[in-house]
Amino acid sequence: MSVQEETLQHTPAGAATAVIPPPRIRILVCEGTGCVSSKSPEIRAALEGFARELGQEDRVEIGFTGCHGFCQKGPIVVVEPEGIFYCRVSPKDAKDIAVAHLGGGEPVKRLFYRHPVTKEVVPYYRDIMFYKKQQRVILRNCGKINPEKISEYEAREGYQALRKAVTSMTPAEVVEEVRKAGLRGRGGAGFATAIKWDVCRKQPGKVKYVICNADEGDPGAFMDRSILEADAHSVLEGLTLLGYAIGAGKGYIYCRAEYPLAVKRVRIALAQARENGYLGKNILGSDFDFDVEVFEGAGAFVCGEETALIGSIQGSRGMPSIRPPYPAEKGLWGKPTVINNVKTLASVPVIVSKGADWYASIGTETSKGTAVFALTGKIANSGLVEVPMGAPLSTIIYDIGGGIPNKKSFKAIQTGGPSGGCLPGNLLEMPIDFDSLKEAGSMMGSGGLVVMDNDTCIVDIAHFFLTFIQSESCGKCVPCRVGTRHMVEILDKIRTGKGTEEDLAKLEKLARMVKQGSLCGLGQTAPNPVLTALRYFRAEFVAHVVDKRCPAAACRELVTFRIIPDRCTGCQMCVKVCPTKAITGPRAQVHNLDQSKCIKCRACYEICRFDAVAGDAIILVS
Amino acid sequence: MNEMKKDIIPLLQKAQADGGFISPEAIRTISRALRVSENEIYGVATFYTQFRFKPPGKHNIKVCLGTACHVGGGQNFMEVMKIDKNLGHGETSPDGKFSLERVACLGCCALAPVVVVNEEVHGRMNRVTFTKLLESLDPPPAAETGAATDPGAQE
Repeated sequence: MSVQEETLQHTPAGAATAVIPPPRIRILVCEGTGCVSSKSPEIRAALEGFARELGQEDRVEIGFTGCHGFCQKGPIVVVEPEGIFYCRVSPKDAKDIAVAHLGGGEPVKRLFYRHPVTKEVVPYYRDIMFYKKQQRVILRNCGKINPEKISEYEAREGYQALRKAVTSMTPAEVVEEVRKAGLRGRGGAGFATAIKWDVCRKQPGKVKYVICNADEGDPGAFMDRSILEADAHSVLEGLTLLGYAIGAGKGYIYCRAEYPLAVKRVRIALAQARENGYLGKNILGSDFDFDVEVFEGAGAFVCGEETALIGSIQGSRGMPSIRPPYPAEKGLWGKPTVINNVKTLASVPVIVSKGADWYASIGTETSKGTAVFALTGKIANSGLVEVPMGAPLSTIIYDIGGGIPNKKSFKAIQTGGPSGGCLPGNLLEMPIDFDSLKEAGSMMGSGGLVVMDNDTCIVDIAHFFLTFIQSESCGKCVPCRVGTRHMVEILDKIRTGKGTEEDLAKLEKLARMVKQGSLCGLGQTAPNPVLTALRYFRAEFVAHVVDKRCPAAACRELVTFRIIPDRCTGCQMCVKVCPTKAITGPRAQVHNLDQSKCIKCRACYEICRFDAVAGDAIILVS
Repeated sequence: MNEMKKDIIPLLQKAQADGGFISPEAIRTISRALRVSENEIYGVATFYTQFRFKPPGKHNIKVCLGTACHVGGGQNFMEVMKIDKNLGHGETSPDGKFSLERVACLGCCALAPVVVVNEEVHGRMNRVTFTKLLESLDPPPAAETGAATDPGAQE
């Protein structure tokens, strides 16, 4: 929707009869978790104060939106109708913004977005590369609407799909539409959504359940949180459509307790939907009854697995159970249950309202629609990215992400969190979809993309993920419980320079055994980071075990810190931060580093910044 | 299947929200109310990382060690806590001022590395800013009069 259209929609209905008012200015502050932690509510309060001071509070609407996905540049403030995009705003800047747009001043240039490489100033939202190359279907409303006002969701065709379904479609037709669209589950494995729905729809019995899986446990992924915070109604509408399609009367949203803001916004959305007749008895005048309850998870990664999630709602330890029977046949309280991810459900309303053909025209042959990624790590623009399935990684990293900062070079990209794998540079042109990633030994997972540069050690990353999996393993089946522990131990040996070549073979064998023998998805995919690391970055493992070196200079035990006398200016910064007093020396003289006292904490390395002149004075040697 | 069991986790969450941690008394109360054995409730509670069984410190520090924060050096903050305050994961200092937790991911990856102090998120931290943050929470004795009573004064 263009900026003009949007302005039109927010003009009061009766305005035509009165004198045509000047275009209404809207100043929208982002209040997603990222921006809130950088004090965006204070910015909004300050803006409101200045608007009053300038006597302009009638001419302006100061509101807030959910996450724009460009969290790294937060807090973000957007001014409409021009569509000016301010980033890294602090409460102190509120006055300048208010004067600029309400007091007849010039837009505040210093807060404009700058291209990370060309340093070019980009004042308008629509011109920013990060957004330009994206196609937003699932994130269609994120950053555009106030998530706590149902009217803004309705103004963007919200609940139209539900109205269409309950008034003019049979449940079987809804399932058929989703099947034709080729929607695959966005939770990671990419199972065909319509098959799950159809199995459940055909089960006998009146009591069925639907669950929205918002237990986004993958470290490095935050899209589900952002969607729930920015556009909870679209998920709710999707869940209600699912309820209608399979004939369920009750839905749950299982949300991580680590996401308090998301839980709050979902609860607000629930209350509003009930008030407006989208939930409850006889929805929109039909004979369909449906209601939703929020269940807060209690912090267990394994609860993202559907049978474990069901166990958790039933009040047990969140341990997976053997499938079959699948939840679609026998799930929550023993009744047929469909569990879908947040992104899957957010796609459903668009499919129903715009039609399956439209949706199926996006993406690749086997993976339809769009994919949402959380792009983080060593990347210039980090945030939420939505691209059509089949877009190459290079588009995401270089065009949208703006490349690797600090003049470092690309080394690997980790896709799919702890269930995925590390992919090297020569796979960057590969079209990304469910199947191509699987072939490369990784998986879509929940969509975390962590970019790594040459300072990141692959062995360390493999160790990191496996340690995470090991501590999150529920302990029910032996391959996962014992196998991952041994894998961590072997990786620890390699990381500290005690490994042998035999360990590499052992690690690989063990990884395959855990993959084949584990009960649930957690264990079956746990070895992926290790297996892909060994497949694409074997040389780095060999350097650790044979040469006892860490090429990235990241593994502590294999690194020594040195001061280069020619470069040291004697500024004493490192002396101040050294926790063990290993660095000594008077001001303006070359400092001395006592290796016997050094604990390799990197504090001196991080604070020593003379690269502009002659490179860092403190270096890591491996 | 005991349908009452479904209230175990919400009740434990409420108990922790009210008391800061899960006390043996809280477990007993829940056990009586739901007619589920204390053992079973302990079993559920210990499975989930959210629940703590010791009171938190005055300043509860959560260090995020998700992927983005790990790549950005989140481990450094655990180390600073170990060296400066002699605290590890799940521990509370003897004077009750600080407690430390390691968390998997807070979903603020674009702000990595992230530290949460008393529910307030601090993003883009480094060793130096983290040390300053700790100092602001617990000023050295000279500045303690007045400022110490207001933990938010420096933030």
